[in-house]
Amino acid sequence: MTQPAGRVADDVRFVAKTDYIKTLTALRSEGFEMCADLTAVDFLTHPGRPLAAEVANRITLERFELVVNLLSLSQRRRCRLRVQISESDPSVDSAFDLYPGTEAMEREVYDMFGITFTGHPDLTRILMPEDWVGFPLRKDYSQGNIPVQFKGAAS
Amino acid sequence: MTTTENLNKSSAAEIVSAGTSEGGQELQLRADMSAKAVLRESGAVLRMSESQVASLADTQSDDQTMIINMGPQHPSTHGVLRLMLELKGETVLRCKPVIGYLHTGMEKTGESLTYMQGGTNVTRMDYASPLNNELVFSMATEKLLGIDGDIPERAVWIRMMLSELNRISSHLLFMATNGMDIGAVSMMLYGFREREEVLRFFQKVTGLRMNHNFIRPGGVAADLPAGWRDDVLGLLDALPERLAEYEILMTGQPIWRERLQGVGVITRDEAIALSATGPILRSTGLAWDLRRDLPYLRYEEVEFDVIVGSYGDAFDRYSIRLNEIRESMRIVRQILDRMPQGDYRIQDKKVTPPPRGRIDESMEALIHHFKIFTEGFKVPEGEAYVAIESPRGEIGCYIASDGSSTPYRMHVRAPSFVNIQSMPLMMHGGLIADAVAVISSVDPVLGEVDR
Repeated sequence: MTQPAGRVADDVRFVAKTDYIKTLTALRSEGFEMCADLTAVDFLTHPGRPLAAEVANRITLERFELVVNLLSLSQRRRCRLRVQISESDPSVDSAFDLYPGTEAMEREVYDMFGITFTGHPDLTRILMPEDWVGFPLRKDYSQGNIPVQFKGAAS
Repeated sequence: MTTTENLNKSSAAEIVSAGTSEGGQELQLRADMSAKAVLRESGAVLRMSESQVASLADTQSDDQTMIINMGPQHPSTHGVLRLMLELKGETVLRCKPVIGYLHTGMEKTGESLTYMQGGTNVTRMDYASPLNNELVFSMATEKLLGIDGDIPERAVWIRMMLSELNRISSHLLFMATNGMDIGAVSMMLYGFREREEVLRFFQKVTGLRMNHNFIRPGGVAADLPAGWRDDVLGLLDALPERLAEYEILMTGQPIWRERLQGVGVITRDEAIALSATGPILRSTGLAWDLRRDLPYLRYEEVEFDVIVGSYGDAFDRYSIRLNEIRESMRIVRQILDRMPQGDYRIQDKKVTPPPRGRIDESMEALIHHFKIFTEGFKVPEGEAYVAIESPRGEIGCYIASDGSSTPYRMHVRAPSFVNIQSMPLMMHGGLIADAVAVISSVDPVLGEVDR
């Protein structure tokens, strides 16, 4: 619904993968104490996204996008980071040291998208069985025609 | 596509022959882990001070300790939560939640449902507070559509009332399960009895006790039924007396206090670092409630207090929820006084189907109605994140749209999923009997954890 003091557009920042941890560190000292949410999007079938001209000059769009929602409890505001991650090298540094609460979220992103987090203490699957093949939320992992992979089930 | 299929074929045989192990997701033996990893787990993902590390230096070897499974089929793990605990005697040294037993790929399913159908999907995530799930999904959709400021007043206030009543029913369910976990079994009956009365009202309004799909993009599905005000007043009049009974049965009772006070303590910095929200964060004394701090709907126009604790223990979390029921009742009373007249859904032809009467008269209305429910409506390209305060903490919905009538990506930030991370920290060094109290005080809903 409406925000009380006039609607404010979301604070969205595009960050290069190499600057990701640097930006997080800066934002953390700026007052964003909590990482509320961390997820990813696979833009395989929808590569073009509307971007502001300023951003389009600076950022190359890639297949995966890491979306990090930071929350500042003291200043009551949010900030969203969008980090482009290429298909050829789906890995990014882990934010665990800055925000320990991202542990489960990063595991979920790894489980669902196959993006690996360098420096994550326990990068295992979290929702799918450990021996599962494929990454369900990728766009090339289709619904409906997946062989039954559960243990002991007839294949 | 091809790589996935090839992999599937080659490893199908191996998968069938595999045992029942969850592999690396399980709690590992100390002997199999590096010393650093053991220390990290003992400190429950938080970095510890040097003195704390020193106190853990006399690390026990495996033959002095025992790793046991609690769950996934344990009556007090609230569904299918599996905890692997390393015990020394009765003391919990390490704990690792293993989740995913209820995973049904709801976020993937959400990508093939239209925005109109999406509510039926998200409402099944946190099945103890379905209306809050629908609300956050609808608000995210409305934000993408750019109609979030145009929702009719009556719809907004209906949403608010249902959201608060849902908070009451969810906390009553917590009272029931928390009581049973601690051993006050009669509380189980009382909590469910009161919750049932709230659900009966939901059934009258939405047609269903749970999984309503009542709050939809653009407003709510129908207007409130005749006599709704008396039903709500009946609820509000009956509840205070029942809550006073709970206080007698539990709050003042020495056994209850012994079981909960000082159990599962978490500090403010730890809760923030672990992204814990809701009653867990408030139990540490930090008054953080999205209804007050980042208001949505019309929460800035009603009066209520944010309940906080002071010790961050299981007893604080119990008292917070009990008193939040009272605050929600206070809000509902104000809503009863202020409920405006008017439309219950937006009169925007794009998202709202024509009224039933028009369908009989007009061919165009019939076609329009059919199109909205089969194809759905198109939502402009973009992305939006909206968060509201659910009974368990911050529930957020992130939608990325490619301009079609289904979300390109729909992600729900589930409070239980994040809050579960604080369990190992709360359990560390406590007794195994207290582990039950800790699980209960986090109040996870596994449908939301696994999605």
